[in-house]
Amino acid sequence: MRTPISKVRGQGSAKNGTHHFWVQRVTAVALIPLCMWFLCALMFHMGNDRAEVLAWLSQPLVAILFILLIMSGLYHLKLGLQVVIEDYVNGEGCKLFSQLAVTLGCSVIAVASLFAVLKIAL
Amino acid sequence: MAQAKRPVSPHLQVYRWSVTMASSILHRASGVVLGVGTIALAWWLIAAATSDEAYQLVQACLGSVVGRLVMLGFVWSLVYHMMNGVRHLVWDMGYGFELKTAQFSGWLVFIASFLSTAAIAVTMLVMRGSL
Ligand code: HEM
Repeated sequence: MRTPISKVRGQGSAKNGTHHFWVQRVTAVALIPLCMWFLCALMFHMGNDRAEVLAWLSQPLVAILFILLIMSGLYHLKLGLQVVIEDYVNGEGCKLFSQLAVTLGCSVIAVASLFAVLKIAL
Repeated sequence: MAQAKRPVSPHLQVYRWSVTMASSILHRASGVVLGVGTIALAWWLIAAATSDEAYQLVQACLGSVVGRLVMLGFVWSLVYHMMNGVRHLVWDMGYGFELKTAQFSGWLVFIASFLSTAAIAVTMLVMRGSL
């Protein structure tokens, strides 16, 4: 039995309590090593020809790191843009539409990138 | 309804600029820029998975003068957002929120992000002879 007060306690305007804030931090921590690796990788592989890039991406470790980067990066981006919209977009219709666009857009980018990595690696 | 002249909060331009304010704005701006960078990364990956022609097209765009400058902008955004993100995480743990400390770390992150981006650019120039 949940009393009404226990249901609303800790629930902000997004009805999600502190979950959003927390996952934003978790993904941020995951992104620190991943982005450092990505920056190094960029220095070595930017502008290389396709054969080299395919060989590089076929290594399991590289593919795994890319998958982790894409998943945590796009989840973090989705959460981040959601806050930006909450701050700047007025009007319920506009707000709903832009949140929907961010969620769907980030999902599409994530799935497309993941598929590309898997297609190359497998 | 007669609602004229209700007090409103002062708008952005009345505030005097401060480091902490600038770093807060830059964190948000760099985050949004990185969102665009994610699209570039997706395009690059999909092209690599698709065909030689598709890959050559991305390389031609990203490798052009404008493309290289944009890439450098993405790199700076990532370096800045990452360093400032660590600053945020340290605040979240309850440290470094005193005004003097926050101003110092704001400048530190700002300067370090430019130095690191320059170091990355120089490393690439030395290693591969181009950006
Ligand atoms: C490299 C590691 C990263 C760290 C440590 C990090 C850290 C953070 C933190 C702590 C916040 C919350 C700031 C706040 O509460 O005001 C944040 C917001 C945000 N991040 Fe990141 N981030 C990282 C990478 C990324 C990447 C790769 C992207 C884009 C794909 C990104 C996009 C955003 C966006 C859009 C926001 C929202 C900005 C705002 O609300 O003002 N971040 N980041």
